[in-house]
Amino acid sequence: MSLTLKVNGKSHTVDVEPSTPLLYILRNDLGLQGPRFGCGLGQCGACTVIVNGVATRSCITPASSVKSEITTLEGIAKEGKLHPLQQAWIDEQVPQCGFCQNGQIMTAKALLDKNPKPSDAQIRQAMNGTLCRCMTYYRIQAAIKRAVKVVAADHTAAEKEVVA
Amino acid sequence: MRTFTKIPKHVEDVLQSDALRNIGATTSRRDLLKRAGLLVVSFAAAGTSPITSPANAQGPAASAGPYPDVDFHQLDSWIVIHEDNSATFYVGKTDCGQGTGTSFRQIMSDELDVAYDKTSCIMGSTDITVDQGGSGGSTAMERDSLPMKRVAAEARRVLLEMGSARLGVPVDQLAVSEGVITVKGDPSKSVTYGQLIGGKRFNVTLTGNNSNATAGKAAVKTVQELKNVGLSPQRYDIPPKVDGSLKWAVDVRLPGMVHARNVKPPVAGAKLVSIDESSVRSMPGFVKVVSKGNYVAVVCEREEQAINAARMLKVNWEKPATSPFPSSENLFGYMRDVAPTSSANPIVVGNPDATFPTAAKMIQADYDIPFQGHTAISPAHATADPSNGQMTIYSNDMKSYGMRLGVAAFLGIPREKVRVVWMEGPQGYGRTAAEDAGCEAAYLANELGRPVRVQWMRNEETAWDTKAPAFAVSMKGGLDAAGNLIALDYNARAADYNHVGYNEADTVLIAQLMGIRRAKPAAGSAATPGEVYAIPHRRMTAHVVSLPMVWETPLRTGNLRDPNGPQSTFASESFIDEVAAAAKADPLDFRMKLLTASTDDDRGFRRARSIAVLKAAAGAYGWDRRPSPKMRGTGEILTGRGMAYAFRGQTIVAEIAEVEVNRRTGHVWVKRLVCAHDCGLAINPQSLRHTIECAMLHSISRTLYEEVQFDTEKVTSVDWNSHPTLTHADTPEKIEVVLVNGDPNPKRSDLPPYGAGEAACKPMLAAIANAIFDATGVRLRRIPFRAPRVLTALKAAQV
Repeated sequence: MSLTLKVNGKSHTVDVEPSTPLLYILRNDLGLQGPRFGCGLGQCGACTVIVNGVATRSCITPASSVKSEITTLEGIAKEGKLHPLQQAWIDEQVPQCGFCQNGQIMTAKALLDKNPKPSDAQIRQAMNGTLCRCMTYYRIQAAIKRAVKVVAADHTAAEKEVVA
Repeated sequence: MRTFTKIPKHVEDVLQSDALRNIGATTSRRDLLKRAGLLVVSFAAAGTSPITSPANAQGPAASAGPYPDVDFHQLDSWIVIHEDNSATFYVGKTDCGQGTGTSFRQIMSDELDVAYDKTSCIMGSTDITVDQGGSGGSTAMERDSLPMKRVAAEARRVLLEMGSARLGVPVDQLAVSEGVITVKGDPSKSVTYGQLIGGKRFNVTLTGNNSNATAGKAAVKTVQELKNVGLSPQRYDIPPKVDGSLKWAVDVRLPGMVHARNVKPPVAGAKLVSIDESSVRSMPGFVKVVSKGNYVAVVCEREEQAINAARMLKVNWEKPATSPFPSSENLFGYMRDVAPTSSANPIVVGNPDATFPTAAKMIQADYDIPFQGHTAISPAHATADPSNGQMTIYSNDMKSYGMRLGVAAFLGIPREKVRVVWMEGPQGYGRTAAEDAGCEAAYLANELGRPVRVQWMRNEETAWDTKAPAFAVSMKGGLDAAGNLIALDYNARAADYNHVGYNEADTVLIAQLMGIRRAKPAAGSAATPGEVYAIPHRRMTAHVVSLPMVWETPLRTGNLRDPNGPQSTFASESFIDEVAAAAKADPLDFRMKLLTASTDDDRGFRRARSIAVLKAAAGAYGWDRRPSPKMRGTGEILTGRGMAYAFRGQTIVAEIAEVEVNRRTGHVWVKRLVCAHDCGLAINPQSLRHTIECAMLHSISRTLYEEVQFDTEKVTSVDWNSHPTLTHADTPEKIEVVLVNGDPNPKRSDLPPYGAGEAACKPMLAAIANAIFDATGVRLRRIPFRAPRVLTALKAAQV
């Protein structure tokens, strides 16, 4: 069937079986490389995209069930500037192999979009189902905390400008 | 700033071609087949690139094949200087995620005297980089960077000679910095490397019997002369990994490409009786069922179609007459009872048999470490392209050169027809040295005459990837009346028979399933501990045992990150702790006494450095000297600290773990970690620290969670529920890495770099076991320490 998906601000029409998991359409029809196959079971998070503000496992999400816009790793930089989480990932030199980091960054983004100042426990809880077999967890958590500070500083600066 | 990728340009051109990538779902198969021809054109066009890497310097045809061995005797095979005074380094290594490419750039830019920022590094593609074996054994800096240093120094020497001729001044009156040669005392007279040779070949022949021995006439610099080595430039591979722009091996899409999925035997040793192809023939996108022996794959136009078809294909299997293995619950009893397939000559010091009867106190303990898998975050995958009568495999194989030879042998074609393009993939740690998908993709592409992408599913990977061998270790120690360890016996049995090699055509899984057998399976190995304790009488014995089923088994053993080290060190360093407790000695003091009881040392000054490393770890932790266990707390959470130490090669590591044990649930949290680590010269300290952190966490995961479980027919660990791993919630609160980098004797010459990563995996299992003992007084001797096992042990001891 013909299916229209809005991904990172652009609409795409593809002709696929409605039950096709979103992951394979994003990767094989739209040529996106952020979401990746890790388990196909929704257990590891490597395929994570954001739909309606929710970190969503695209490997078990039928494409026809997605009605809202989809954001992938490729879509979170704005106007050529990396998302604060992406920048924090570079500043903290987080990845080892990096294969899971799409899911780590997208899950963290969904967390910060809802809760810009998470506690350490909230970070651990929100990130817990996103697996890394190189075990970069310690650096990931440091990067999230770094990004939280950057975003908070930006907000403060913006508020001051408004007041002035 | 230039963007550098690790993918060769001629490959990048093909992979980035929009015309080739956007293959819509509605495109007919005929169109796809027609488009396959585009690949030839594209490779040929890319081959005209002015960059004179050795392979494509031979002209447009070179990139389309054949692919002769890259000549390590040619300086041009290693280094290309561009007209803009930048340099590209071609190295026969791959990066498993530790940032080795960045380190190679640091090392080579120092020797060549070019600006680090104006260098790039291309790694591991067999047609354009010399065969340095790919990656493995933590040898990147220790061994494989040495020819890189020498060839970069040689290039600098040749360029200075050229500069001398150009400027009319003897070499000894020239200075060079960042690729600019100037006359000493007259900086107005200068010439750049790019002006001298940019875009042209050196045509300089090097010496050496193999790539590791490659050398020129130039001497390499002393440590004091290095500028970039010792700094921590950020890894160049990280930005494209976080913005989504990196092309991974999983991302390869070629015109006409189809997707394959395997259908594995439902139980180990099952024999294929028949396939009912009609069960899938009418499914959308179906292309073909390919089968030989017990190997079965389904090929479809689209990926999800192949996944569905592989699930739906009706295959009739016959179970084997006898069980392939005991269940994982009965494994260790089996291993201790069965006759070994081989036994190494025991290492004997003094006379342990005569000494044990004289001991005032005897301590005995058995330690069990199960099979542990790699369980990479992504299952095995590869894409093979049979265009032009050649075979190109796009793969994350960490030993791409081994895969090239394996594929050539497996298909029965000359290796010159095969190239492996190395691309990034999920963590290596040995799994991708014994990679399976490459031979499968090549076989299927050969059968279909089309590019084929194959990827395993999660259950296949977790059940069927290569495993670290299980170990059953028995230890015995004797203390004299003063609490000195006077005799020690270490006796290990490893289930490691028929350990698979690196993409061998006769041991890769597809070959085994097809019934290919080598005359004599690999003997495998067990390990003895790596420490320099001065124990006057000791015996260390290592045996290999076999499970009933040797071939086609999901319990194939292969190398997993320091292949036998974590197992043997778990036993030996747990036991030293047990002996220290029996002697009522502080665990650190007890080890220090064993280290300082001798003044003998070896070429790497391992004894002196071991002492320094233990002291550094204890200092950073704030170690309080007392025997273990501590006085048991009364609350729900019991805390304790444990240490362990080991060396691997010349690298010394001491680790201290602080744990919280929940006496109600049995849950263990490693709250704090300290590691003191000495791997000699640190090339990139930040990358080194991160590698050590992650290696330690990997070992925490192996200690607390990881076990390949199986019944008497099949592996039952098949996903992340049945094979749990460390998670964010388990992450320590604080990790401190102390880079000791210290021969304590300043009069000796500087240490070279030693292998860093795997050594850090070794001591953690015992450090955690020792910490749990310190907290609870309960000694755990069977890995892993999942909560139910810990709780059972706590209850048995009435904790």
